[in-house]
Amino acid sequence: MLMTADAREISQRAPAQKATRDMYIPPARKKISGGGTAHISAKEFSVYYDEFEAVKKVTADILSKYVTAIIGPSGCGKSTFLRAINRMNDLIPSCHTTGALLFDGNDIYGKFTDEVLLRKKVGMVFQKPNPFPKSIFDNIAYGPRLHGVNDKKKLMEIVERSLRKAAIWDEVCDRLDKNALGLSGGQQQRLCVARTLAVEPEVLLLDEPTSALDPKATAKIEDLIQELRGSYTIMIVTHNMQQASRVSDSTMFFYEGVLVEHASTAQLFTNPKDPITEDYITGRFS
Amino acid sequence: MNIGTRKILDRSFTALGIGSIVVMAIALLIVLVPIITNGIGAVFFTGTVEHRKMLINEFKRGDTDKLAEEIASSDRYRSTVYKMLTGFEAELDRMPPEKKAEYKEKYSQVKPALQALLGPLPGDPEPMLTRFKYGQTRWEKAEEKLHDFLYESKWDNSNPNVMSKEYFVSRALGFEGTTLAQLFPYVKENIDHMLLPEFTVYWGFITDSSVDSHFFGGIWPEIQGTFFLAVGAMLFAFPLGVIAAVYFTEYAKPGFFNSMLRSANSTLAGVPSIVFGMFGLAFFINTLKVSESKSVIAGALTLAIMILPTIIRAAEEAILAVPKTYREASLSLGSTKWNTIATVILPAALPGILTGGVISLGRAAGETAPIIFTAAVSVGSAIGLADVFSSPTPALSWNIYNLASEHEAASQIRHVQYGMVLALVSIVLLLNLSAIVLRARISKKLKG
Repeated sequence: MLMTADAREISQRAPAQKATRDMYIPPARKKISGGGTAHISAKEFSVYYDEFEAVKKVTADILSKYVTAIIGPSGCGKSTFLRAINRMNDLIPSCHTTGALLFDGNDIYGKFTDEVLLRKKVGMVFQKPNPFPKSIFDNIAYGPRLHGVNDKKKLMEIVERSLRKAAIWDEVCDRLDKNALGLSGGQQQRLCVARTLAVEPEVLLLDEPTSALDPKATAKIEDLIQELRGSYTIMIVTHNMQQASRVSDSTMFFYEGVLVEHASTAQLFTNPKDPITEDYITGRFS
Repeated sequence: MNIGTRKILDRSFTALGIGSIVVMAIALLIVLVPIITNGIGAVFFTGTVEHRKMLINEFKRGDTDKLAEEIASSDRYRSTVYKMLTGFEAELDRMPPEKKAEYKEKYSQVKPALQALLGPLPGDPEPMLTRFKYGQTRWEKAEEKLHDFLYESKWDNSNPNVMSKEYFVSRALGFEGTTLAQLFPYVKENIDHMLLPEFTVYWGFITDSSVDSHFFGGIWPEIQGTFFLAVGAMLFAFPLGVIAAVYFTEYAKPGFFNSMLRSANSTLAGVPSIVFGMFGLAFFINTLKVSESKSVIAGALTLAIMILPTIIRAAEEAILAVPKTYREASLSLGSTKWNTIATVILPAALPGILTGGVISLGRAAGETAPIIFTAAVSVGSAIGLADVFSSPTPALSWNIYNLASEHEAASQIRHVQYGMVLALVSIVLLLNLSAIVLRARISKKLKG
């Protein structure tokens, strides 16, 4: 399969690969064990808003444990595609799909799919930090409580582990009972990541997670993605191409609802096959 | 538009806004000031020895020893009055018949006036009604009665083109030359000694039951009835309203049925309250037979139907105001729709929902028409919690109307009417105030 070949390429990529263009090449990445199989695969998958086809017949495999970036100009369907994966589009009544979108081989839009169970496995972090108006502890414990963890000690363990994974434990450990809305934007966003991690998902969908943050907070989120790489299948929608090239292993480029190109990040940014991709990443349009 | 016109427009709009607020404030003052000043008079007033006598006899409250002293001291002055009366009655017997008839007629007015002022005279039979057992209990009323005693009111009808005018003739003049002539200056001089006015604080006005249809005593049954009705209405309407709002905002699919429901709800909010009263009688009492006749439960249900649209509207708006991102966040964590509503959306919407609820509670407390046919009686004692299913209750809103317009002696008990109005206004204001405080506190907690 094409994508497995890509994966091999990613893991075997030499750290000191030479840049052919003026691109930032991420530092050497740790090898990922046990990843590289197709975790999510789309087959001729389309999303419609009423008559409008927002995502057009996308066929792609998302590799497990790797970071996949989705780039493309505004309105190209990248967010719609991402939100289709954990069925957040269900909130929009006019939205419907055709084709197949498989998660671990099961159709996400199948008749018998439990979207609640699906969302437990496919967590999402949104564009704007959206902590609940509750305490930091309750924010993180919200998911585990939903799924039946009520033991105070166990909850505390989960909260600490999640906050540590999201690299925010040191900043909030002494004020877990304070309202989460009192945190800064960057902290709130990492809290949202921690909240998602607390339900132990397999996939992490990040929908422009840094667009509302300042550069410093953005750097922290990117570091966090690097930390999480290898433990979760991560998909990140971003407008920032430097960010895509810094954090991702493979990149999908969407244009007007069509998946134009899907390749390893290094390849897509250094040697794009499609002229539209090249125009976009060189900044001829955005 | 040029800058000059724009500035003039801006200023005139500002002036208009400030003007309308000032007009509102003045109107509010005009309404509230008499209510407050007169209403306070129901609790703080100058009471006479008759008031203290009444308190001990009817409510077993007060200092018996002190009262005995006061009665003794007032009787020293009163006995002179009574002696003058018996003296004049003896004189009357000795008069020639024509003169006797003339004086007897005048005298027949003097005695009731004196009874109204001082209470039953010695030798009078025990009155049936409590209101006649005592003289004037309030000093300002005593002064009015004193005037009635000293002057005879007459109407001047001499000029048919002008409305008849009232004028007063001194009764003392009518008895010139008899022993009774001294009575009037004597009573005028010594009324203080006979009634012993004293500044009184009567908190019992709030906590006592009324005696002899509000002539004496307080308004506790009304306050309690209002409380039962309003809280009872809330118990039905609040959960129903919130559930309906959740249905409208979260579950209802847009369509004909749903828009019908919504417009039905809006229409319900505009229905006159007397119609709700009739509906309550027809539906809850005659059809469902929740009680034999008027009862607190029937009234509470009727009020609940009346405030339901308001609660639904407020709750709906509060739920719609919850940011979409909360919903997304919760759902993305694998929460079910119901769980999201219960644990994220309703708590975040709580300030708005509660505000709507408390304001509706105030409305239920103040509404008269729905309870006329379903729950209210004019005179009654406080009912127990167990009786709400079977017995009607007095309530402030209804009794304000009743005492002011249908009471047999409405003009005698103005202080009770004002006291009731003040009590109702205070209850409603307190409820609204608590809504504001509650909202502020919850919002603060949510915002962190």
